[in-house]
Amino acid sequence: MQVAPSETVALNSYSPELRQQLFQYVLQLADTSLILGHRLSEWCGHGPILEQDLAMANIALDLLGETRSLYQYAAELEGQDRTEDDLAFLRLAVEYKNPLLVEQPNGDFGDTVARQFLFDNFHYHFLLQLKASPDERLAAIAEKAVKEAAYHLKWSSEWMIRLGDGTEESRQRLDKALGNLWRYSGELTTPTAAEKALQATGIIPDYAGLLPKMEAHLNHVFQEATLPVPQGVFMMTGGKEGRHTEHLGYILAELQYMQRTYPGMRW
Amino acid sequence: MVAKAPTEERIWQLLEEVSDPEVPVLSILDLGIVRGVKVDGEQVTVSITPTYSGCPAMNTIATDIRLRLLAEGIPNVTIHNQLSPAWTTDWMSQAGREKLEAYGIAPPVDGTATGHVLNLFGKDTAVRCPLCKSDHTHLVSQFGSTACKAHYQCDDCHEPFDYFKCHA
Repeated sequence: MQVAPSETVALNSYSPELRQQLFQYVLQLADTSLILGHRLSEWCGHGPILEQDLAMANIALDLLGETRSLYQYAAELEGQDRTEDDLAFLRLAVEYKNPLLVEQPNGDFGDTVARQFLFDNFHYHFLLQLKASPDERLAAIAEKAVKEAAYHLKWSSEWMIRLGDGTEESRQRLDKALGNLWRYSGELTTPTAAEKALQATGIIPDYAGLLPKMEAHLNHVFQEATLPVPQGVFMMTGGKEGRHTEHLGYILAELQYMQRTYPGMRW
Repeated sequence: MVAKAPTEERIWQLLEEVSDPEVPVLSILDLGIVRGVKVDGEQVTVSITPTYSGCPAMNTIATDIRLRLLAEGIPNVTIHNQLSPAWTTDWMSQAGREKLEAYGIAPPVDGTATGHVLNLFGKDTAVRCPLCKSDHTHLVSQFGSTACKAHYQCDDCHEPFDYFKCHA
């Protein structure tokens, strides 16, 4: 890693408790982008057409860039000897705090588009708010990432509409994808106890404030896609507290293989 | 080699000679990613900002800056990665825009950033073909050969080309 991290914000102004809370939360954000970025990168060379293969690889790259900024900040917040690489590659599945949605398998292109849309709709609106965080570092990361998230949301929204209002088969597949993935969408905006504590400090946005804009965009896209918005589905949660679906372990087995086999290996 | 303390002006001159590894016709100054130079005795600090969060060229650019300055006998260099304010194509120089077009990449059309995500299937930005200069072109994909470029095709000469996206 050749580039020094950005100038440090006044980390010392946080109490040790708050600093620890923030560390856990920044890790959660980093894990989320890492796991979804990794999932998208699995499409590389397998996309339905070249342009969409490139689109997914580009989105993966944006997410990995965001993830590095977050892990670097997390490492500083922790203040131990761990680096961004240690945090990304040497933790166990139960220590990962990503929501369940992003670890779900790629499935077919419809599954990937549905997963991406549900995430992007949260991510974009969340980053817009995080830009205003009093934590300068989080605000700077969000300011950078939100411009990219806007491209992602446009891409996944348009594909939702193309597939939903497309052929009989594309509609059926997207409908099936939503039937499977919708249950994981609620976790994104359901705060854990740890998130509630941070929201109370004003450092991170209250998710309730995001919901009206997220719903408006989602309703617009579903209407254009001629899809009914699923109702009354029981929402699965737990990922943000380390309780994952079976899929995460397999992702980590591949993602961490090199560091586990050759500890301390550098690029 | 005994080095004189470098001046800021000299550092800026040297940085003009460092090119973007992915678009080699552009210097990193043309691209607008150098956000500041500070000289404190023999210690030089150069602040750079990524175009996109995941830009894989950042490490290479940092190395190239170090090597260029080292070649002038300036070994004490710190490279700061500055995220805010976030990079925008507004910072790309006029000379840079002309070099891009001559190289075959359409330069950013200002004021067309994709901030309006609700404007789905909106009209494509009108981009001039860098090869035959026709305005009859269409967007193939927002995502091109690198994060900062979209993929277009000319309807007159039919050549596919890269468009450096407006990012504001």
